[in-house]
Amino acid sequence: MATAEIPRTFLLEVVTPQRLVVSEEAEEVIAPGAEGYFGVLGGHLPFMTTLKFGELTYRRTRGEERHLAVSWGYAEVLPTRVTILAEAAERAEEIDSARAEAARDRSVARLGKLGDSTVDFVRAQEALMRALTRLEVAVKKR
Amino acid sequence: MATLQDIRRRIRSVQGTQKITRAMKLVAAAKLRRAQERILAARPYSNKMDAVLASLALRADRSAHPLLVHRAGNRKVLVVIAADRGLCGAFNSNILRRSLEWLRQQGEAEVALTLVVVGRKTSDFYRRRPVTVRAAYVNFFDRLAYEHGAEIGQELVRAYAEDSADEVHLCYNEFKSAATQRVTVVKLLPIEPLPEPEGEVPVDFLYEPSAAVILNRLLPKHIEVQIYRALLESLAAEYGARMTAMDNATKNAGEMIEVLTIAFNKARQERITKELLEVVAGAEALRASG
Repeated sequence: MATAEIPRTFLLEVVTPQRLVVSEEAEEVIAPGAEGYFGVLGGHLPFMTTLKFGELTYRRTRGEERHLAVSWGYAEVLPTRVTILAEAAERAEEIDSARAEAARDRSVARLGKLGDSTVDFVRAQEALMRALTRLEVAVKKR
Repeated sequence: MATLQDIRRRIRSVQGTQKITRAMKLVAAAKLRRAQERILAARPYSNKMDAVLASLALRADRSAHPLLVHRAGNRKVLVVIAADRGLCGAFNSNILRRSLEWLRQQGEAEVALTLVVVGRKTSDFYRRRPVTVRAAYVNFFDRLAYEHGAEIGQELVRAYAEDSADEVHLCYNEFKSAATQRVTVVKLLPIEPLPEPEGEVPVDFLYEPSAAVILNRLLPKHIEVQIYRALLESLAAEYGARMTAMDNATKNAGEMIEVLTIAFNKARQERITKELLEVVAGAEALRASG
């Protein structure tokens, strides 16, 4: 009984400027960090990183997994709390697949006929990535 | 004395006005509810952001970032947020009066003042005044989104980083409750020392890629969020003010209708009495002669 018990769960909060998306106890979360996807369990070392666009997966205490599409933000990890500040976050079941498909097709078309401007190219590429991630996440609806 | 016809016409006109003010009140109430929900939803992000920033600033070199550095110059920018529309009581005039006052206070020394006006009422107000307006954002409150806050914020950060402004202040109506707004002036840039985070502060923090990079991205974001929040506050405050103003107008119209109705009844009674007197007098005269 000498060592302090390592917390098994932590409070996961995902907030965007528009709303609080998630505020739940979770056992594990996997998020798209600046240097690649990272996983966090309860009792993690204090850690902070920027986020890229990608899929955020978390496992609730009861066991089932949830998926979200998040874009650009920050994650602050503390032993008993994980805070994700994202510019946008959508739960898998909230994603409008038809719209994401339209966005994908649009950006593919734009990439096809782009000239020499790198700025537009990067933006179109980003839009495409975003649409693809959203589609990927949308399939994982509960 | 007003004839019955006149009074009846006036009552009808006031009733028409009352119908309009009542409808406007209901619309404002519905919009207020939505705006209130939005500001409540936006607060967690803004609060979390403050907390993250505070804990970050403890560990990063503060002088490293341009947005944290105080400059000696005195080119000041004031961002004034009012509404796009009127008919909301003293909402617009309070904020505009306060901003004028602020400008006058700065005017003593050698200060170069410029304005960023937000809302059509602000723009109209300053159009004919001898102040330099560096940017105007109008007619967007009915479709306010985070992008508006981001756009204004980025523009201010750019101006500050490019060294064309030394201080940026923000003047807006803070939403207190449906009935009260508070005119607020806050300093936006340079970012003042942040409050120490409450509770335990972990020492061994890992940063990816590094504390400086994160701070660099977080600070401009912080400005955007603050502007966005101020816009939401102002919007909710505007609907609150309009609802109250229209409620008062509806009540006043009701009182007026009451007064007019009494006048109408009195006038009608007088006329009946007069007619009766005439009839009686006529009958008397007939009997006397007959």
